[in-house]
Amino acid sequence: MNQRQKEEYLREYSILKSEGKPFFPYAVAKDALMACIVMAVIICASLVLGVELGARANPATTSFDPRPDWYFFFLFEILRIVRIPALVQLATIGIPTLCMILLFLLPFYDRGPERRPERRPIATLSAIAVIGAMAYLTINGAEAGSVYSLKIKPPQSVLLAGPKALAEFEAGKKAIAQSGCEACHKIGENGNPGPGPELTHIGARIPAEGIARTIVNPTAPMPSFKGLPAKKFEAIVFFLSHLK
Amino acid sequence: MPKLPAPPIPSLLKSPPPRPGESNGAVTPAEEAMEAGVSVVDWIDERTSLSGAARWMMFRKVPKGTNWFYTLGSATMFAFLNQAVTGVFLAMYYRPEANGGAYESVRHITNEVFLGALVRGMHKWGASVMVALVFLHMARTFFFGAYKYPRELNWVIGVALLILTMVMGFTGYLLPFDERAYWATIVGVNINGTGPLIGPYLSDFLRAGPEISAATLTRFYAIHMMIVPGLIAALIGAHLYLVAKLGTTAPPWIKAEKKAQLRRSEA
Ligand code: HEC
Ligand code: HEM
Repeated sequence: MNQRQKEEYLREYSILKSEGKPFFPYAVAKDALMACIVMAVIICASLVLGVELGARANPATTSFDPRPDWYFFFLFEILRIVRIPALVQLATIGIPTLCMILLFLLPFYDRGPERRPERRPIATLSAIAVIGAMAYLTINGAEAGSVYSLKIKPPQSVLLAGPKALAEFEAGKKAIAQSGCEACHKIGENGNPGPGPELTHIGARIPAEGIARTIVNPTAPMPSFKGLPAKKFEAIVFFLSHLK
Repeated sequence: MPKLPAPPIPSLLKSPPPRPGESNGAVTPAEEAMEAGVSVVDWIDERTSLSGAARWMMFRKVPKGTNWFYTLGSATMFAFLNQAVTGVFLAMYYRPEANGGAYESVRHITNEVFLGALVRGMHKWGASVMVALVFLHMARTFFFGAYKYPRELNWVIGVALLILTMVMGFTGYLLPFDERAYWATIVGVNINGTGPLIGPYLSDFLRAGPEISAATLTRFYAIHMMIVPGLIAALIGAHLYLVAKLGTTAPPWIKAEKKAQLRRSEA
């Protein structure tokens, strides 16, 4: 905006203001009603949805589910979908930092006098694109569950064995993801290639008892997982022994 | 002493003056109580001149066309006030001790304290509501072009408020110290740690050392209940000062009526 446009805006604005109504009580009444709605929503949410408290944090635990509140899902989703280590840093820090800088500086690079959204197509379309991207990441993050969830299709043998076997397979998959095995093992497309051996076809190499023995009594540096609940432990062994 | 000007109350809300013969001139107790209230206010005003500021804030005009979207800012502020009040009650019972204390105190609040679960729930869901409202309010100011001259600075303060609100969400999440809180915070702090230049220092600062420990919890507690709320309150003050000083925008499609007429008379 140049000087003339600024003065024009201020003149127009002062007329609009003089044609308006006093803040008290007109705007105050609307604000007060809105405040009541906000409080009602908060109290109802508290009563209906309640609060939870999980198990006490235990740094030695081996099963975890690092899930933030929904408004950080988009960040966790970026972390989950970017699997190439070189790019993770760029994605989780670079993109949010860039967005913050762009937000801070917005009034300094968008200086046009136009204010109607339909006459600022670049600004309006970029805002809609950003909102769309955030919504997409948030919804996907909400559906994806844990950051460390695995993407593996159940093999034919499990599918043929019926719904019970499939449920056990899925439970094992989840337990593996929660236990952080991916930190050291590659399973299909998931996880790191080392220091542990790839587990993609582990069932073909080692029988179920052998797998169970390894998990309870491994060679270093793999930690022992004998503290896992029996259900999770069995599911993991079932899952791994069916990866053929 | 100068009398305050009558507030511009719509005629519907004004109480009608007494009809002749209705009151016999005697002062009723209600009138007396009101008189006492007025003189207390007068007494304070004589010594502080606060009424000028209050009048400036409350009796300013909002432009023609102001609609419900303009309530999102104050709704955000009420959500913040809800967080402040419920947070104070939680702080009466919470103990920031990682090695036995934090988790137990939250369980005590949830299961035993009178209305504890309700207050904790209001704090937790209030956080979500506040984040949602901040984003809606920001979208409103964006689409209305309200960040343009002369309100650039108010937008910048707003972005700082947005980031601080997210920091509140992040630091508050660790405090119950259950499994989910613990591991989500580890992942979050590690994300910070991958940042360029200051990243590792930032995550060391947050953790108060190389590992999540008891010191991390007290540090998060201090950030969550003293540093950031103080900053947010101060910045909301600055934000509102600028709102009152500059006035809120009119919706961009509203045009002044008097304008053409005024131009003619000016010429
Ligand atoms: C700290 C890294 C680490 C973690 C975490 C880890 N492992 Fe391992 N794992 C290893 C290493 C290293 C070996 C190879 C050791 C050996 O040769 O005995 C191994 C071996 C194995 C083997 C035997 C593979 C073979 O081909 O002989 C199985 C099965 C296995 N791990 C399963 C798991 C499961 C299930 C989990 C999660 C509950 C897990 N591991 C977590 C490091 C890890
Ligand atoms: C804690 C968070 C916040 C609070 C309590 C708050 C409060 C308010 C209030 C009460 C108003 C005046 C009425 C209205 O338009 O709603 C306002 C105006 C404004 N806010 Fe905020 N706000 C917050 C965050 C933000 C954010 C995140 C932004 C943008 C990045 C922002 C930018 C603005 C702008 C530009 C105005 C002027 C609007 C106009 O003149 O039409 N605010 N704020």
